[in-house]
Amino acid sequence: MSAVHVSTNINGDDVEFVCRPDESLLDVLRDRLGMTGSKEGCGTGDCGACSVELDGRLVCSCLVMGAEVGGHKIETIEGMAQGDKLHPLQQKFLEHAALQCGICTPGFLVAARNLLERNNDPTETEVRYWLAGNLCRCTGYDKIVRAVLDTAKDMRKAAAKSSAKKASAKKPAAKKKAAPKKTAKKGARHAA
Amino acid sequence: MLKVKLGGTLVNKAGGRTEFEVEGANIMQMLRNLGRTCPELEPMLQKGVSVAVDGQIYRDAMLQPLGPENEIILLPRMAGG
Amino acid sequence: MPLDANTPDLRTEFKSVGTRPNRPDGVDKVTGRARFGADFALPGQLTGLILRSPHAHAKIKSIDTSAAEALPGVKAVITYKDIPEQEGCDKDVLVNIMARGTALYDGHAVAAVAAVDASVARKALKLIKVDYKVLKHVTDVDEAMKPDAPVLHPGRFEPVDFSTLENAAHVSGKEERKTATRAHSNIAGRYVFGHGDPDKGFKQADIIVEHEFKTEATHQGYIEPHACTASVSSDGMAELWVCTQGPFMVRDVCASLLGMDVSRLRVTPSEIGGGFGGKTTVFIEPVALALSRKAGKPVKVVMSRSEVFRATGPTSSASMWVKIGAKKDGTFVAADAVLKYQGGAFPGSPVEMGAMCAFACYDLKNVRIVGYDVVTNRPKQAAYRAPGAPMSAFAVEGVIGEIADKLGIDAIDIRLKNAAKEGTVSSYGPTFGPVGLVETLEAAKAHKNYKVKLGKNQGRGVASGFWFNFAGNTCVSINLNVDGTLALALGTVDIGGSRASMCLMAAEELGISYEDVRAIIADTSSLGYNDISEGSRVTFSSGLATIKAVRDLKVKMCGRAAKIWGIPEDAVKWENGAAHPAGSNAGNFPPLSIKEIAAQASATGGPLAGHYEINAEGAGPSFATHVCDVEVDPDTGAMKVLRYLVVQDAGKAIHPSYVEGQFQGGAVQGIGWVLNEEYFYGKDGTLQNAGFLDYRIPVCSDVPMIDTVIVEVPNPGHPYGVRGVGETSIVPPLACVANAVSDAIGVRARTLPMSPPKVLAALEGVAASKA
Ligand code: FES
Ligand code: FES
Repeated sequence: MSAVHVSTNINGDDVEFVCRPDESLLDVLRDRLGMTGSKEGCGTGDCGACSVELDGRLVCSCLVMGAEVGGHKIETIEGMAQGDKLHPLQQKFLEHAALQCGICTPGFLVAARNLLERNNDPTETEVRYWLAGNLCRCTGYDKIVRAVLDTAKDMRKAAAKSSAKKASAKKPAAKKKAAPKKTAKKGARHAA
Repeated sequence: MLKVKLGGTLVNKAGGRTEFEVEGANIMQMLRNLGRTCPELEPMLQKGVSVAVDGQIYRDAMLQPLGPENEIILLPRMAGG
Repeated sequence: MPLDANTPDLRTEFKSVGTRPNRPDGVDKVTGRARFGADFALPGQLTGLILRSPHAHAKIKSIDTSAAEALPGVKAVITYKDIPEQEGCDKDVLVNIMARGTALYDGHAVAAVAAVDASVARKALKLIKVDYKVLKHVTDVDEAMKPDAPVLHPGRFEPVDFSTLENAAHVSGKEERKTATRAHSNIAGRYVFGHGDPDKGFKQADIIVEHEFKTEATHQGYIEPHACTASVSSDGMAELWVCTQGPFMVRDVCASLLGMDVSRLRVTPSEIGGGFGGKTTVFIEPVALALSRKAGKPVKVVMSRSEVFRATGPTSSASMWVKIGAKKDGTFVAADAVLKYQGGAFPGSPVEMGAMCAFACYDLKNVRIVGYDVVTNRPKQAAYRAPGAPMSAFAVEGVIGEIADKLGIDAIDIRLKNAAKEGTVSSYGPTFGPVGLVETLEAAKAHKNYKVKLGKNQGRGVASGFWFNFAGNTCVSINLNVDGTLALALGTVDIGGSRASMCLMAAEELGISYEDVRAIIADTSSLGYNDISEGSRVTFSSGLATIKAVRDLKVKMCGRAAKIWGIPEDAVKWENGAAHPAGSNAGNFPPLSIKEIAAQASATGGPLAGHYEINAEGAGPSFATHVCDVEVDPDTGAMKVLRYLVVQDAGKAIHPSYVEGQFQGGAVQGIGWVLNEEYFYGKDGTLQNAGFLDYRIPVCSDVPMIDTVIVEVPNPGHPYGVRGVGETSIVPPLACVANAVSDAIGVRARTLPMSPPKVLAALEGVAASKA
């Protein structure tokens, strides 16, 4: 098997790597790029611990081939906080004690952010079904669901405030962009 | 004299006897004397037992003081999850 | 008192304890920075993979590794020959990590390779030729006890003559009774507990209910597979990074299996992605060390999910019979049980503990429990949260539910009537001290969930549960930094937020802020021996040792203040984060804060640190009562949990959020056990569902919010009254949900899991019997 050279964009940074055709995106992230925030709980798409966004779509990185991601945009847990400022979901997970061992947490955070970017007013049921692809064995999900609902509430408040401000200035656009796109300021990453 | 009751499997090993009277000021001495009084128990004692003293379970504290007023029960060694 | 004499009376006023600050390791865990078992990498490391038996039971006639060894990129291939038996090692563990002559279960390790990367290692595994002679197998506990069952360990276990024993009919089935005098050599142990005379007791009963029950094996299901990186150098010095509940256990067991001095092996625990008991033993760790020793390079071994299911310990499956007699008013007069637990291919199922817990919630004058530990062709069971207790509680609480229904007594009232209290002689022997079962029952009864009106096809279940809680060896250091902040070194890994609890206790004891204490988990060379994080012991034992280490430090800091002031040491006391003169005649000095003492430490005699080493005892049992509402769809048999309430005695909740989290997590694991989870074996004895797709643990949309009530009946064995909380929460759910289903549709499930097809079949059975 000859190696494949791939150019892609991860968390706003252009990244190049070389991988074998049989390596998953998760393998590439963890073993080639040293980005071990995405976890492998199963390798078969059943646990969600490896969740990342691929062009804004929530995917299991263990099911995506590394060689396929050339030219696409990938968002991982490592890109969630902005510098030393945690994403509101990260903050709420801490406050609600929505993690015990924490192995499932990166996957839940990535999945929950993807939900809130689409829908910042989900019902409890919507949250539960959206997150049904992420397994957590420690928490019984209660505090995770509460943390997500609580974040959504705050994001709506913030959105209402900023749209009120904007409305008084100009037009009532930009509803759900409470978490704006990242500005790239991560350290350099090299293909191993 | 300490009154020592046996629980569980230990009873079978001791030929059906459930209670012993032995000397001893702490768990270690009690176990040593029990082993002498009832050599059939020795292998189990060697493997390790838990000792319930007035309802508190001790797994290793060999120097826990014992007196005739204590309720002492030997139990199989326990582990958790 | 189990503690030393200077333990002061129970503390009841708290500043830090009982609050809910963010955990100290939290940011690392929400940003992906925390390093778990598989997140370590060493320069030049090799990938290790393990070849596993595809057969449930087979003689290994030969293993030919030559082709694998010849493959370019392969640096080491090992079999059992590379791990020769050492004197005094645990033979069962040795055989379990690598088969020696016989493969005892599907997934049993047979050989291992280390290669430059995973794809070479995978190729190498395929090149290892193993010549098997397939043997007859047995995976079911009742089958394994039959006289003609294939025997796993010929000659190892003495035959049992059932005809002479109590309850023989319930041991191997009524038919077997006649032939039961033949050798049953898969029975590794028989255990009896109880007191009084059940046979006489039953004569006083107005009602007797007895049934047989079966539960399937379930896996702990931690989301992080086992992972470790081993590095052995040519002088025999070794390091191991591993996700485990017990780094000191890993060190000692690996050293003994591999014939190393303990001092040569340093084990560093990673963050651990769940354990629940399943990471209290070794599987891949000695193999990784042996590979590294042979290859002369670091070797990383990470299990796949299917390896986790096939080769690590699930809990036992169980076959049980329970009989309880009661008066009309609900008073229990006698109880009797036979429990048969299979523990996989080696002795050691948790049947003893299951037997001890079975009736522990109740005050019984006549009680007997007989337990059998049975070996089968399944992976060696490992501890799983309150090992052994959920199954026996399922049977016992199910029978109690039926008695309550038949007598028309409220499910909580019948338990209150019989509840164990302080002074009750427990069914396993000892007399209880202060315990909180009654309080949990009363709180459950008063909870709003217990009053919700139920609709059609809905039902409510109640069940109680018990766990002993353990303590054990613990060793803690606390170092005062120059700026007056503190570094707390713990030897018990943090599975569910225990660092936060330890910092809270240290802050409480010192009278300083929580943020000023930072807790780390030390490696095995930096701290004295600590037992495994198991048995709900961490908050109790490490907490106790933390408090004592802080007290040690406080004495030393008061000594410094005394020197600075030129007064006797005992004229100084510690209050609100500062040393004060103990009284007016001690002198009139302004207090010296911890920061001031720290700043002057080097000028007044050197660094300041507190230590405590203890074999802690006195963990204090924890009881729980659960209430659950379900709705069953009569057309499909599918079930929805509508409401779930956990009420449990925590003694004292140090960080209430993590106590609630333990309650909720345990309850949902229990719900999975009832509804979906099971080890499913094919006719050939191989595991059919070794993945999360087919072994279905509860997902977010399967469960409702889990309501919790923390009851606090202080444990006299701990200075703050703490009891362990991690385990009891998985004990009641099996029966709780089953009782709710029975309330909803009149079908009593006695075989778990109660998957929709089973419920449907039972419903159809009821309909047919009515028709
Ligand atoms: S590791 Fe990708 S879904 Fe489990
Ligand atoms: S916190 Fe442990 S798996 Fe979710």
